Amino acid sequence: MIALLHRDLMLAFRAGGGFGLGLAFFLIVTVLVPFSVGPQSELLSTIAPGVLWLGALLACLLSLDRLLALDYEDGTLDLLATAPLPLEAALSIKALSHWLTTGLPLVLAAPILGLMLNLEPDGYIWLIASLAFGTPALSVIGTFGAALTVGIKRGGLLMSLLVLPLYVPTLIFGAEAARQGAMGLDGTTPLILLAGITLGTIALMPFASAAVLRMTLR
Amino acid sequence: MSLWEYANPVKFLGLSARVQPFLWAAATICVVVGLIWGFFATPDDYRQGSTVKIIYLHVPAALMAINAWFMMLVASLIWLIRRHHVSALAAKAAAPVGITMTLIALVTGAIWGQPMWGTWWAWDPRLTSFLILFLFYLGYIALWEAVEDPDTAADLTSVLCLVGSVFAVLSRYAVKFWNQGLHQGTSVPMATGGRTVSDVFFYPLAISMVGFGLLFLALVLYRTGTEIRLRRARALLARRKREM
Repeated sequence: MIALLHRDLMLAFRAGGGFGLGLAFFLIVTVLVPFSVGPQSELLSTIAPGVLWLGALLACLLSLDRLLALDYEDGTLDLLATAPLPLEAALSIKALSHWLTTGLPLVLAAPILGLMLNLEPDGYIWLIASLAFGTPALSVIGTFGAALTVGIKRGGLLMSLLVLPLYVPTLIFGAEAARQGAMGLDGTTPLILLAGITLGTIALMPFASAAVLRMTLR
Repeated sequence: MSLWEYANPVKFLGLSARVQPFLWAAATICVVVGLIWGFFATPDDYRQGSTVKIIYLHVPAALMAINAWFMMLVASLIWLIRRHHVSALAAKAAAPVGITMTLIALVTGAIWGQPMWGTWWAWDPRLTSFLILFLFYLGYIALWEAVEDPDTAADLTSVLCLVGSVFAVLSRYAVKFWNQGLHQGTSVPMATGGRTVSDVFFYPLAISMVGFGLLFLALVLYRTGTEIRLRRARALLARRKREM
């Protein structure tokens, strides 16, 4: 398992494109927002938590089709499916490496981008906490979407259509926690619900992902 | 004699051919009677005027939009557990009907909301949940279209239906948490215990709901039959190609 994690991380770092791309996309989305809604700082600070959450979600989505597609093409997935390691575990590791290379940098970059969007000072801790609790769910659900569409040619757009509705609860609770925090309220309730969703998806989604991957590889 | 005998496509087609004329007739009668009674023979509501009458389309369509997904969920489970092809094809056949019902509910709701709430669309929990349901239907149908091998397509869409159901319910509660609504509560007495609409409005509504249910059943049987025959025709073509 460690070896697989090591391999995926190495590939993401060295092959280029995978690691920095999500982050760059996040940056560009955030930079484009003031252009589209105007530079008034009050307006920006109201929408900042939502925009940052949406940007993080889209950045996660963008990097998903690389998650399994390359391994599917060169046959690595067939080997993983026949390996003694359960496919569920292998896919959990894949989701973890996706989170480490996409989700975690987003969490770390969010405060800096929050500064650019004039986020309220109270909001930073809530933004970081909600993203840190929420992005693992995005990776795990995304792995399911990637496994579902890996056998389909040009499945990228289809995967967005399938994955985005599944992201709704995570986005609602995550953005709600960040927004309530930014308004100076206590965002604990949505944050706990968000953590519940994340733990639930981490526990259950790998089984669904492995099931659909076996169906595709059969 | 068990229900599972109808998992045999020939028996299923036989039964559905025998049942369908009655179903179509009953559905047509119920829908026509319900709608005509509702549209022309009920008084205008004293606050909402005649706009209230769109309820006879809106509520049954919304009801069937949810029940269609539930039927797909059951059919998907049957396919995954017992691998009856008829079941997978029935789920496939129900999806376009379900998405149409969802669309009818959304559009009639918007038409009603314009004069009543003063807006075509509001980010109300019920409206938002229905929009999310619509997206789930869209993804489900798109996945059926995208996968070439029919058995794999049935497998993948079944799992998507299961996972989607869980997330649809989650979304429903998340959306409720996110925004308090404009939409009025349910008008169906079974759901509330007490009745919230008066009898004059309720009887045509009930008939219309039964009619939409029967219509859904008839459409699904018809479309499932079409899918089975399509599958059979493809198999025949493939066999002829091999022999040539």
